[in-house]
Amino acid sequence: MSKMSYEEMCEQAKRDWQQLWRGAGSLITVGTATCGRSAGGLQVLRQLREDLAINNVDAQVIEVGCIGLCYAEPLVTITKRDRPGICYGRVTPEKVSDLVDGYLIHNDPLPELALGTLGEGQVEGIPVLSETPVLSPQVRRVLRRCGLIDPTRIEHYLATDGYSGLMRALTQSREQIVAEIKAAGLRGRGGAGFPTYLKWQFCIDSPGDEKFIICNADEGDPGAFMNRSLLEGDPHSVLEGMLIAGYTIGARTGYIYCRAEYPLALERLRIAINQAEQAGFLGANIQGSGFDFHIEIKQGAGAFVCGEETALIASIEGRRGMPSPRPPFPAVSGLLKKPTVINNVETLANVSMILQRGASWFAEVGTEKSKGTKTFALVGKIKRSGLIEVPLGITLRQVIFEIGDGILGDRAFKAVQTGGPSGGCLPASLLDNPVDYESLTAAGSIMGSGGMVVMDENTCMVDVARYFLDFTQKESCGKCVPCRLGTKQMLDILTDITRGHGRPGDIELLQELAIAVKQGSLCGLGQTAPNPVLTTIRYFRHEYEAHIQEHRCPALVCKRLIRYQINPEKCVACGLCRKACPTEAIWGEKKTPHVIDQSKCIKCGVCLETCPPKFSAVEKVSEPSPGDIAVETATEHEVA
Amino acid sequence: MHPQLEALFSNFKGSRMELIQILQDIQGTFGYLPEEALLETARFTGVPSSQVFGTASFYSQFRFSPRGRREVMVCRGTACHVRGAPRILEEVESVLGIKEGETTPDLEYTLQTVACIGCCSLAPCMMVDGEVQASLTPKKVQEIFKK
Repeated sequence: MSKMSYEEMCEQAKRDWQQLWRGAGSLITVGTATCGRSAGGLQVLRQLREDLAINNVDAQVIEVGCIGLCYAEPLVTITKRDRPGICYGRVTPEKVSDLVDGYLIHNDPLPELALGTLGEGQVEGIPVLSETPVLSPQVRRVLRRCGLIDPTRIEHYLATDGYSGLMRALTQSREQIVAEIKAAGLRGRGGAGFPTYLKWQFCIDSPGDEKFIICNADEGDPGAFMNRSLLEGDPHSVLEGMLIAGYTIGARTGYIYCRAEYPLALERLRIAINQAEQAGFLGANIQGSGFDFHIEIKQGAGAFVCGEETALIASIEGRRGMPSPRPPFPAVSGLLKKPTVINNVETLANVSMILQRGASWFAEVGTEKSKGTKTFALVGKIKRSGLIEVPLGITLRQVIFEIGDGILGDRAFKAVQTGGPSGGCLPASLLDNPVDYESLTAAGSIMGSGGMVVMDENTCMVDVARYFLDFTQKESCGKCVPCRLGTKQMLDILTDITRGHGRPGDIELLQELAIAVKQGSLCGLGQTAPNPVLTTIRYFRHEYEAHIQEHRCPALVCKRLIRYQINPEKCVACGLCRKACPTEAIWGEKKTPHVIDQSKCIKCGVCLETCPPKFSAVEKVSEPSPGDIAVETATEHEVA
Repeated sequence: MHPQLEALFSNFKGSRMELIQILQDIQGTFGYLPEEALLETARFTGVPSSQVFGTASFYSQFRFSPRGRREVMVCRGTACHVRGAPRILEEVESVLGIKEGETTPDLEYTLQTVACIGCCSLAPCMMVDGEVQASLTPKKVQEIFKK
């Protein structure tokens, strides 16, 4: 393949691609990225292949990445010749057999199993997928190939404009490329939103022969998986972005620092790099341009702080992942003290897109200061959880209630957390805020890398703040005293509050500590660790006050402040809860309403789950109690 | 030197920058970082053993004692937490009879929690032996470990 020119490679790839989709037989895609696999996608794939073979059906099967409809995995799309593709959701091995028999053999598309159609044309009884409420507000650009191509085949990438951005960049000067990125208005997608062209320019302006480009694929924020899906579903888009960046800043070596918890992403990257080398997009004299570039993968080793750029660099250098003071910034003095640009996975994928399609196309979407689209992991108490991509400026309400279809179980919305452990929880009153860098910052949160966790009335905001502090406290590298000790103190105070040992003045103390931690920390971890606490105090102060003054948890979450009890008027003594209770804390004779012995109860909630809905006799309550919590119940088991 | 260790080192040049990869390969081969292997690594790379230990002990991925045959990683990420991960962890601890960080006496399972495995839409999740188990309930946990 490396003997062919770029044009020849693309022509052949496009021909094969056409053949794949419009050939004689059918084309079936099965989503086997991590989400698909964990939902059972590989079993579906196996059953599919078996059924096709047994029935001698003329069909090709390819494995694809995540199309973003994670709530409906496993996903299978069947495209018959001259027909639009039909995307089926929640496919099981049984259903896939029905599909092979029903649609492939007997031409009945089984609309009740379908989510929507893809491509030209319509099928009766099935909506067009892109027009369904989950997809119509989305603008899938960065993710446009995910779920449609086989990410382990470079030919599929080439057939869909792949590497055309690089080829164009190789004919331009670095000034032209920087100008294009500037015109596009691309801001770093890792969380800080720094203008990408400016970071590159700082590096270009720094003296030195050896420079580096690093792709930050550490994605440590819990609740965020946008980068993972992109790396699993369309790895070449990231490689191309690195190549363009490397060419522009004058680097010959690029590193991808990918966390170890993403084994599939690492595998796909290795395959992609190998293929790119074979095809002459990596290595010496790329496509005859005289530009040499190599990419090496560095695996993370389980440290959240290594998502911070200076800690990441230390890790690549084989050292403890502890941040360094800035200035000097990495663009001036980074890896091995050489000028280094570190860009997020999504930023680089946007770079290749901008060079492929142009700056004005990119800037058509978004707001004045926040151009383009952003991917988000919409998760938590939401009906349609998944990987979305929306134009910046869309409102939180549209994201949560149109795309996400609202709260699981139709409960009340309470808050949405953006920006992971560095971000904040925003309440219902801010649902009509646009999702862009400035608005989120003004509200007390940050854009972050893209995690968007939805919470409902059953979420305790004090517990959420404690949860995040627990995380940042564990992940603190320990270098800065205010971070190391400050987060510990804040965590201890929050833990006390959730256990009914909060004291008047605790809220003010938390705010005071927050300032010290923010100002005294040299890296983003410490500087942003107090944010979840500060935003929850700002918007949910009444919950803190209830915990502190009344020893009450309004959301009925904090174990030491809640009680399970059986309503004697509703209990029919069926005995199910008594049998299910793991500590034998429920007693009662036949035909007598049962009672929970509070001294044995470990608040596991099994009785509530077990009591038949028609009786609903088990209740969870949290009552105000002004005195000290004297009785320590058997709940020694506090799970972090 | 252990022959597997020699073979492992032959894949590297011995530079400082390779240190973490070397440690990852050692753990991949032996299941943990034996002290002797770390001392050999110091000799091989020229990095003082104090720094080798310092680097190894910084990262949560590395173990200094043997692990169970199968690793159980219960996710405690935000999405999983909000959807009941603490209860799932309780159930796993109850079924396996060990607490987080411990290994079962028969060296079959090691239990730990991780911050996020990236399967947030199908929370709560855990990884058993590298395979993701999603949309967990206490009942499903029991079924998974019954096998």
